[in-house]
Amino acid sequence: MLDRALKGGKGYWSWIVFLLFVIGVGFVTFLYQDRMGPIVTGLGRDVSWGLYIGQYAYFVGIAAGAVMVIMPLYLHNYKAFARISVLADFLGVAAIIMVGLFVFVDLGKVTRILNIAIFGQPKSILFWNMIILNGYMILCLLIGWNVLSAERKGLPHPKWVTFLIYLSIPWAFSIHTSTAFVFAGLPGRHFWLSAIMAPRFLSSAFCSGPAFLFITCMIMKKVSSFDPGDEQMKTLGGIIAYAFIINTFFFMVELFTAFYSSIPQAMDPFIYLFTGLHGHGGFVPWMWTYVFFTICALILLIIPSTRRNLETLTVACGAVLISTWIDKGLSMVPGGFIPDPFGKVFEYSPTAIEIIITIGIYAAGFFVITVLFKTAISIKKEIA
Amino acid sequence: MSFDRRQFLKITGLSALAALGLKGGFELLAPGKVDAEPPLTKGKRWAMVVDMRNITPEIMDKCKQACNEVHNIPNWGDPRVEVKWIWAEVYEHAFPDRLHDYDAESLRGKEFLVLCNHCSNPPCCRVCPTGSTWQRADGIVMMDWHRCIGCRFCMAACPYGARSFNWGDPRKAPKELNPNFPTNPEFPTREVGVVEKCTFCSERLAKGELPACVEAANKMKKDVLIFGDLADPDSNVRKALRKHYTIRRKPELGTKPNIYYII
Repeated sequence: MLDRALKGGKGYWSWIVFLLFVIGVGFVTFLYQDRMGPIVTGLGRDVSWGLYIGQYAYFVGIAAGAVMVIMPLYLHNYKAFARISVLADFLGVAAIIMVGLFVFVDLGKVTRILNIAIFGQPKSILFWNMIILNGYMILCLLIGWNVLSAERKGLPHPKWVTFLIYLSIPWAFSIHTSTAFVFAGLPGRHFWLSAIMAPRFLSSAFCSGPAFLFITCMIMKKVSSFDPGDEQMKTLGGIIAYAFIINTFFFMVELFTAFYSSIPQAMDPFIYLFTGLHGHGGFVPWMWTYVFFTICALILLIIPSTRRNLETLTVACGAVLISTWIDKGLSMVPGGFIPDPFGKVFEYSPTAIEIIITIGIYAAGFFVITVLFKTAISIKKEIA
Repeated sequence: MSFDRRQFLKITGLSALAALGLKGGFELLAPGKVDAEPPLTKGKRWAMVVDMRNITPEIMDKCKQACNEVHNIPNWGDPRVEVKWIWAEVYEHAFPDRLHDYDAESLRGKEFLVLCNHCSNPPCCRVCPTGSTWQRADGIVMMDWHRCIGCRFCMAACPYGARSFNWGDPRKAPKELNPNFPTNPEFPTREVGVVEKCTFCSERLAKGELPACVEAANKMKKDVLIFGDLADPDSNVRKALRKHYTIRRKPELGTKPNIYYII
């Protein structure tokens, strides 16, 4: 089936070559980082995780968001989603590959990565996270592949695939719960030390994942003859609206707890992010950008006419992606480290090297998405 | 026949020593000068009491210097990527949650000696995915620099900022700041990309010697750093804790830190 990814027009191949080029630049930059050591990043002893780990959390969310297509289709028998369910699974695969790469480039000793498997410690959340994420990627790949090949043969997919599909639903919840637990169980990191961390991660996943899928579908509609279906896209819009409203609500709940209790350690990270603290405010412009796009997205998603119009819905999805990305991919990680355990503010901003490597990994993810989606769409076209 | 890691290391270590020549082996294995009291090779729960009434910035400097030299800690000349096992931090920063507007003048701006607390309930050991940081039976929180993958989960978990990462290769730290690096050929230098921290000088305890910082402090003033066994009711640390009011850093987090400060 994968041979379909080898047949494409000029536009398709230019896109592939472009992605390979960006991946190459990212890879060479990574070799440089590996040679010089992580000293070439903007990280330090106070903010010891940054852009990479933020992207790791964000793309686990994108992967988990796929379940918002799988669940209506298989639990609620919403047949319309059958047209895009394979794409949701393949998006999960691509997102988890990115997640793995982001963890990989963040490690100090990449050559020892297998130590997690060899010496795995069941008391470490990261150990479980590794198992759960790999399991989810295999599930998505097996499900997407088998459902697609069954479609090609005009047969229902085998029973064992149905079992895997049902298994993948709670599994999707677990990937993002365990990712939230990486952060939420650490004494002294007050910004993360919150029981609503996992629900917040999930709500943000369930709007950003479908929004990502929505935008890729709209792009495919433009560049190929594949039609994801208006009804499907509008239903996605409804799902995104609910999840995004809940996500914003959860964020407000965090603000209430921090500020009504007035516990300094709970308030300080928010104060730092939104207004600056001790004269440092590197994240302030980002956070107000976040507020702006959150409001835009809320307005466009809540008003029925803009939610049901695919063009305004596309804008809303873009706003959702920007808002959730700033929230989880950019500010969530440094917010846990600032102020540091001494109450001091050491700021973090990623270096060009971190940014180039990050873009390289994005390109790798888009490459996987392109190849898998191209395969899926070609087959769907053949049987249509 | 099964081996645990310790036995395996012991046997491979002994074989290596035998290969190096029996004489050298005996010299290395010979017990150091052990004082009758306290038996430093046999502690059950190591802890330290810092007497803030008598310690001075000069003594703290010496402690830090001794530690840096014994453990080949590089000087990067940049607070962002600094490696430190023991250092001085002003009261406001060492105890950020104890402050009030009318603190005694003697406390504000006063430097406190801070280091790994060798917590009885260490979050760093809980989160490590590879078991590279673990707690010994005598309470010391150890690091295996050969197993650490550099994920830095332990640094996020430590509420005391006591863990350092080798952001760069210590051997490539600026030469002008590290003219004699490595300062102690007996102790390994670390590789880039691993986490490190105070180990209460486990390598010295094994020879019956006090931690380097305690030894350095003792040379200047006796009993400003009291190192001993909490499990022994008659130990120096227990006597000091019985006699004086002491505080610990962030005890409310449940980590059960084992560095006590007499103020």
